[in-house]
Amino acid sequence: MITLKINGDSHEVDAQPDTPLLWVLRDFLGLRGTKYGCGKGLCGACTVHLNGRATRSCTLPVSAVGQADILTIEGLSSNASHPVQRAWQEHNVPQCGYCQSGQIMTASALLAVNPNPSDGEIDAAMSGNICRCGTYPRIRAAIKQAAKNSGGAA
Amino acid sequence: MNSIEKISRRKFLQFTGLSAGGILLAGQVKVPAALAGVLDEAGGSQMNLFVSVQSNGQVVIIAHRSEMGTGIRTSLPQVVADEMGADWAQVNVVQGLANADYGSQNTDGSRSVRNFYTIMRQMGASARLLLEQAAAQSWGVDVADCKAAMHKVTHRDGRSLGFGDLAEAAARLPLPATSELKLKRSSEFNYIGKAVPIVDLQDMTTGSAVYGVDVHLPGMLYASIERTPVLDGRVDTLDDKAARKVAGVVDVIKIAGKPLPAGFNPIEGVAVVASNTWSAMKGRAALAIKWRNDEHAEHDSSAYLDALLADVTANPGEVARERGDVDTALADSVKQVEASYRTAYLAHAPMEPPMATVHLHDGLCEVWACTQTPQAAQREVARALELEPDKVIVHVTLLGGGFGRKSKPDYVVEAALLAKQLGKPVQVVWTREDDIRHDYFHSCSAQYYKAGLDGQGKVTAWLAREALPPIGSTFVAGENLMSDGALSQSYGSIPFAVPNLRLERNKADAHARIGWLRSVYNIPFAFGIGSFVDELAHAAGKDPRDFLLQLIGEDRHLDFAPDGFDFSNYGKPLTEYPYDTARLKNVIRELTASIPWGEALPEGEGWGLCAVRSFLSYVAIAVKVKVVNKKLVVNEMHCAADCGIVVNPDRVHAQLEGAMIFGLSLALMGEISFVGGVAQQSNYHDYPVVRMNQTPAVIKTSIVASEEAPTGIGEPGVPPVAPSIANAVFAAVGSRIRELPLNKHFTV
Repeated sequence: MITLKINGDSHEVDAQPDTPLLWVLRDFLGLRGTKYGCGKGLCGACTVHLNGRATRSCTLPVSAVGQADILTIEGLSSNASHPVQRAWQEHNVPQCGYCQSGQIMTASALLAVNPNPSDGEIDAAMSGNICRCGTYPRIRAAIKQAAKNSGGAA
Repeated sequence: MNSIEKISRRKFLQFTGLSAGGILLAGQVKVPAALAGVLDEAGGSQMNLFVSVQSNGQVVIIAHRSEMGTGIRTSLPQVVADEMGADWAQVNVVQGLANADYGSQNTDGSRSVRNFYTIMRQMGASARLLLEQAAAQSWGVDVADCKAAMHKVTHRDGRSLGFGDLAEAAARLPLPATSELKLKRSSEFNYIGKAVPIVDLQDMTTGSAVYGVDVHLPGMLYASIERTPVLDGRVDTLDDKAARKVAGVVDVIKIAGKPLPAGFNPIEGVAVVASNTWSAMKGRAALAIKWRNDEHAEHDSSAYLDALLADVTANPGEVARERGDVDTALADSVKQVEASYRTAYLAHAPMEPPMATVHLHDGLCEVWACTQTPQAAQREVARALELEPDKVIVHVTLLGGGFGRKSKPDYVVEAALLAKQLGKPVQVVWTREDDIRHDYFHSCSAQYYKAGLDGQGKVTAWLAREALPPIGSTFVAGENLMSDGALSQSYGSIPFAVPNLRLERNKADAHARIGWLRSVYNIPFAFGIGSFVDELAHAAGKDPRDFLLQLIGEDRHLDFAPDGFDFSNYGKPLTEYPYDTARLKNVIRELTASIPWGEALPEGEGWGLCAVRSFLSYVAIAVKVKVVNKKLVVNEMHCAADCGIVVNPDRVHAQLEGAMIFGLSLALMGEISFVGGVAQQSNYHDYPVVRMNQTPAVIKTSIVASEEAPTGIGEPGVPPVAPSIANAVFAAVGSRIRELPLNKHFTV
């Protein structure tokens, strides 16, 4: 049994230690907001926060998580009240929506450490997250909106 | 899903036999049990095939097209709600099951709005009339004095009844004939033409949206399948001992492939089935398979394209369209220009790879899949399992992207075969590697163009040849020539006022599964034609925009029949949807008026332009690039689109933004190559797509105001992108790039 701290709660899972956190979240715990996109840490669809840092869960063995605090999209807010989620809605960002959990988690981790990022900082932080629908211009705008809505402290 | 028989509308229709003059599609009045089940769960009274009203007033509207990012689950219900007089806040959109009564559910070809706009208006208007009639009856007044708006019917004396109060009575009334329906004037629209936020916005921003991979059933098993690397390969030997030892692995099952043509059949493979996804993947990695390959193991895409290019450059093909005498005109021309272009195979690479879940129970086969084409999935599963199609129930989840890949339900058949063999619910999970290596690839192409110019720089002759493995090869053995229908996508439908032209088709045998990808053949042909026109403009010493406008010529509706070409016009008659050169020129003029076209730029910078009519819409795109030390950066992309009446302008803008970025990906980096019959790319590291750091700082879209019939929008923004970039590169540094992708020539 492996004990994980996810979204403030403690969970015990009976998974093989090499199982990536992504599949533990999805198949063992039913937290399916975190998505599979590439399995190689290339696309960012699986992004969660590990002790506040944006982390690719598809390449992180669950045995390596230890006592770290895991935050998934389900834990960001229960009702889309997080400033990043509100900004995403204001700008109608999603098209197919599949990558947006990962985008939102990366953006919220960015704003947590850099409440007022420059264009270059936004591009640098977000370029690990692929959106095949091409919502990038709206993601840029939404991140700026979230920064503004939070008064520079998302 | 239980097959619930429900009373109201279904029984009523059976008793009365009302069909002629009814508004249901194709004159059908049968309300299928499966649909009745959906609506029963919502507890509603059915107004028609798409609309029911619950007693609490909630209006349930069926979305019968698949949501893969276009916003169609919002746009079409938005049309129904508007005509119905419903309050959008009290509308609940329910995804329809596979059901032929809806008409086509095949969500591709940019046709959801163009084919269903009027039908959805009729569905809404019909429901409105029933509610008004029910109110009139209950008050004993003339229906002409009753008007539905904002979810209630109001009499002119001021009394009103809510939709919920009227629902049951309305559902007992006979369906109005189409001729009785009064559609709103556009000035009366509440929602059509408005930027209504998508119905899935909350779910998509909270992680609660359900895609194909998110379906979960009790006792469900997960399958990961190792497929033959070479098309039509066979399992020669299989050693699964190590795989079976992996913790969580339940079974290893061979899936037989069918010989070409591939159709929607699975590729030969070996499935590892496990209690969780990771165990299935890990077990699969432990398989030892020796494959027995066939002729396709010879396929080398580089040599293949070399050969196609040599052929189209040197050898005449079959004539597809001809006017005047090209050979004489070329001989008489003052200047001749010729060029050859090549484009690569492409993969769709939607963010969610193909995923399907199947559960057989109670004599039914129940499917949940991210499919663009639920009826084809139903048909193919029924065939594979030897069931009647009505025993196959297909639930459509949200699609994490589609782009045409998910209109091929091979992955659904895989899940069905495994579920049958195991007797348990099974989810087939395609990895990214599976998705890219085993795609229905977008065709590679070779094109050759030759034109003659007169002393004034006017084009007097246009000769074209193409060779590309057609999509038809996936369905018809040995098909290696493009049909007129296929060539109707840009190549055969060039709108140029050239007195002499001849368009030829050459053969290309397929060695991969070829399939349609967002905007299909328009991609290679727009690149060839859009680039060649720019080459001609420079040869003539003219501004490319002015040259293009002149080449298109006078305002007119094109007719291709006199040239012996059977133009398919995306399935619509030219009488209803003419090829209107005025609209094409208009988007070019509007676009170039909105940017500093013709401005003097610093060295290494340039503007490029291209305009294409595809899927009945007219789109012009201009891009501004900067090239320094062989590093290419696209700094600006601008687009003007005329797609007729717009239902949801925000989603149209979003589709155009997305299409430009999709086009940017394929232009800059899109290439699948084959060596020894094996696709060489496997994931986003070697099949890169545009990321935010490559996204132009400026992306602007404009929509031409129009009262014309709505036309396609999911795809038409893609084709002009690659040629506009190549043309901008030429303007910037004088290099003419005739081969995609551009990262063969520049750092991107």
